[in-house]
Amino acid sequence: MDIGGRTLNVLLAGIGGQGVLTASQLLTEAAVQGGHDVKKSEVHGMAQRGGVVTSHVRIGRKVYSPIISSGEVDLLVAFEEAEALRWRPEVRPGGTLIVNCLRVAPPIVNLGHFKYPDDPLESLRSFNGSLLPVEASALAIQAGSPRLAGTILVGAAAAVLPLSVEHWEAAIRTRFATREVTDQNLKAFHQGREYAISLNVTRKEGS
Amino acid sequence: MTRHHGMTAPATTGRVLMSGNEAVARGAWEAGVTVASSYPGTPATEILEAFARYPDVYAEWAPNEKVAFEVAMGASLAGTRSLVSMKHVGLNVAADPLMTGSYIGVRGGFLIAVSDDVGMGSSQNAQDTRYFARFAKVPLFEPSDSQEAKAFVGEALRLSEEMDTPVIMRLTTRISHVKGLVALGERPAPPFLGFSKDPAKYVILPAHARKKHPKVLQRMTDLAQMANASPLNAIEWGDREIGIIASGPAYVYAREAFPDASFLKLGFSFPLAGGLIREFASGVKCLYIVEELEGLVEADVLAMGIPVHSVGRLPRTGELTPQRVRAALDGAGPPIAETPPPPPDLDMLPFPRPPTLCAGCPHMGVFYTLGKMKDLIIAGDIGCYTLGVGSPWNATHTCVCMGASLGNALGMEKAYRMASKEQKVVALIGDSTFLHSGMTGLLDIVYNGGNVTVFILDNRAVGMTGGQDHPGTGVTLQEEKSKAVDFVALCKALGVEHVQLVDPYRLPDVYKAVKEALAHRGPSVIVTNRPCVLIEEFHRTQPYEVLDALCNGCGACLKTGCPAIQVIRREVVRLPNGRDKELSYVTIDPTGCNGCDLCVQTCGPKAIVPVGASAPPPGSVEPQN
Repeated sequence: MDIGGRTLNVLLAGIGGQGVLTASQLLTEAAVQGGHDVKKSEVHGMAQRGGVVTSHVRIGRKVYSPIISSGEVDLLVAFEEAEALRWRPEVRPGGTLIVNCLRVAPPIVNLGHFKYPDDPLESLRSFNGSLLPVEASALAIQAGSPRLAGTILVGAAAAVLPLSVEHWEAAIRTRFATREVTDQNLKAFHQGREYAISLNVTRKEGS
Repeated sequence: MTRHHGMTAPATTGRVLMSGNEAVARGAWEAGVTVASSYPGTPATEILEAFARYPDVYAEWAPNEKVAFEVAMGASLAGTRSLVSMKHVGLNVAADPLMTGSYIGVRGGFLIAVSDDVGMGSSQNAQDTRYFARFAKVPLFEPSDSQEAKAFVGEALRLSEEMDTPVIMRLTTRISHVKGLVALGERPAPPFLGFSKDPAKYVILPAHARKKHPKVLQRMTDLAQMANASPLNAIEWGDREIGIIASGPAYVYAREAFPDASFLKLGFSFPLAGGLIREFASGVKCLYIVEELEGLVEADVLAMGIPVHSVGRLPRTGELTPQRVRAALDGAGPPIAETPPPPPDLDMLPFPRPPTLCAGCPHMGVFYTLGKMKDLIIAGDIGCYTLGVGSPWNATHTCVCMGASLGNALGMEKAYRMASKEQKVVALIGDSTFLHSGMTGLLDIVYNGGNVTVFILDNRAVGMTGGQDHPGTGVTLQEEKSKAVDFVALCKALGVEHVQLVDPYRLPDVYKAVKEALAHRGPSVIVTNRPCVLIEEFHRTQPYEVLDALCNGCGACLKTGCPAIQVIRREVVRLPNGRDKELSYVTIDPTGCNGCDLCVQTCGPKAIVPVGASAPPPGSVEPQN
C-alpha cells in the first residue's frame, strides 16, 4: 500500500465505547506528522450509544471528500467480528481487512430477535484481499490493560499503512496526557504492529 | 460530564487538526467574539464546548435555542461581536427572534452557526437551513471544510457589521464532525461599541417595522451585488464541457466526482451571486448544480432562465458522496468513464446493531416498569430515553420534538375524555428537555386540568449529546457553580399537587409510584434521581456476575434491556402443558456492568451476585439431575 498521487481510504468500525474514535485520531495525527493532507469523519450523538460507530480517514496530497465512496476502502479495521462482516462490502477487491477476534452480541440478539453469525471469521475467508485476524484483547492484557485493545489494532494497521513508525509514535505522544499512559500505548502499538507483521509473513509463506 | 481541565493559552501559529465545530469556535475567538450562547444538539454541540475553552470569552449553555439566540443578539446590540450555535431543528425554536432580528439588524457582528444533520444520524428530520436564510432575508455562508469554517466566521462578522444584518453559517455533519488541517491566527483586541439608545432601530413597534421592511429588501439587493464580488465565491475553470455550481460539502463531493470539470464554488451562497452564475453558465457546455437536500440554487438558476442539465437528478434525501454524485449525473451530459463497484454481498450482513441504553442507565428501571403496563399510552420526548420505543420495553409510543410529550399527552387525554372513554396517559421527558420546552406544557396540563402523569427522568445531564450541563445541574459551561433547579419544587410551583421523587434503580418503588400517580385524579409528576452513567457524578459500584449453577434460563433479567447481559446458551424444554419453552442462560460482562443491581431484582433464583461474593450458602442450590 502506498499513497503516491492517490488518496488512501481507511474505514474503522466498531461499537460505541470501544475506542474507534481514539484509534482514528491516532491514525489521523500520524498522517499529519507524515506531512500528508488528511480528513477524518465520524459520527456523534444517538448513533454512538452502544450502536455501530464508524470513522472514515482519508489520506493524500489534497483530500476533498471526507467520506469514502462505497467499495473504495483500502483498509478496514473492524473492532468486532460481526462488524467486519457488516463493513466488508465497503472494501475494494485486493484491500486489507484487520479484524479484532471479539464477538459482542447486542441486546436484540440476546433477546432472540436476531441470530449472531456462527463464525464470522470463516465467512470472511472468501474475501478477495488480505485478512488479518488479531487477538487484540489478549495482546492488550499482555501489554498491561484490556483497554489497550484499540491501540493494538492501531499497531496492526501501522503494519500495512505507508506511514513511518516515528510518526505513529509522535501521534501517540501527542494524544495521551501522562507518561505512564503514553508508554503503555507505545508498548501496545508495537505489540500490535509486530503481531500483524508476523501474521503477514506467515500468510505469505503459507500461500 | 464534559469538564475542561484547566485553560491553556491557545496556540497562535501553525496548522492543527480541527473539526469544523472547533474551527468555527477558533474563528470566532480570532474574530473577537466575546459572548456566545447555545443549547447542545448534534451535530453542533462542540462549537460552544470548544469556544468556552478560550480565554477572555463568555460562553454559556442557555435553556433553549430561542434564549441562546436572544442572549447573543443582546450582546450584539450592546456592541460586541457575538455567536449563537445550534443544530438545524434548534433554529425552529429560535425562529421568532431570527425573523425580527433580521429587521432590527446588529450593532456588533452577529453570527448564527447552524449545523444540519443531513443524514439524520441523531435527529427527527432533515430540514435544510438554507431555507431559513431565504425566509428571514439574511445572508448565508457555507464552508466546505474546517479551514473555510474558521475563515468564514471572520468574513461573516465583517459583513454582518457592514450590512447591519445577522449572518447564518450553514454547516452540516460532514463539516462539523470532520477533522482537517487549519492554519491558526491571532486574536486582536475585541471591538466594543456599547449600546446606543435608538428606539427606531431597536424597538420594533409596527410603525418601525413598516419602515424597516423596505430596507430589508434593499439590503438583499445590495448583498446580491456583494456576493458577485465576494472572494468566497470563485470560478475554477477546468474542462468546459461540464460546469458545476456547488456549495458546502456538496462542493467537495462534486470536486472528487468530476476532478476535471469547471466549478463555481459558492461560499457566500445567499443572496445568490446572479452575475457570477450567468458568467459561469455562459462559459460551460453542460451546467450541473450539486446540492445536498433541497434544490434551492437549482430553482433560482432555472428562474433566471438558465438551462440546468442536472434538474431532477440529484437525490433529495440523505448525504451525498462522490459516488452518489457520479451516479446521479451519469447520462446528464458527457458519458462518465468508470467501472461501477461490484454489488455488495448482502447475504453476509449480520443483525442490525441499533443504539442501546448504557449498562446501568437509570432510564431502564422506568422502561422496565412502564413496559409491563400494556394499557398505557406513553408520549415520549427527545433524548436517550427515546430508545424506550425499542425492544424489550416498547414503552414509548410518540416522539415529535423537544418538549412535545406534555402537550401531546394532554391532547390525547382530552380526546379520550371527549369520547367518554377513560385512558391513562403518561408523558416521559428528560431533565434538560423539560427545562428546554417542557415547563410550559406542564403548565397547560395544570391550567386545563389534564389527567396526565409526567415522568421527569432527571439524570443531571444533557445525555445524548455527551453529558453537558444545564440549569438543573448547578454547573455552568465555564464550570462555575450555579443555582440548580429543584424539580420537585418547580413542579409544585407550577401547580402540580401530586409530585413524587423516586430512585429508578428500586423497581418496587418505581412500580408503587406509577400506581399511585395513575390513581390520582389530576396532574401528577414523578421525578427520578439517578445520574447518567457517562458523567462524573455517577459512581460505578461493584459489578455483578451470574452463578451458572443457579441460573435457570428464565431470561427475566434480559427484560431490563441491559446490554451487559449476554446469553451464553439456549435450550428448549417441554413444559408440563406440552408447549416448548426456550431457556436463555446468561452471563454478565464484568467490564460493562455498572453495578446498578436492576437485574438482581428481576432474578427469581437469586443467581446474580456481586463479583467475588462468596458462594451461595449450602443447601440453596437445587439438586441437579
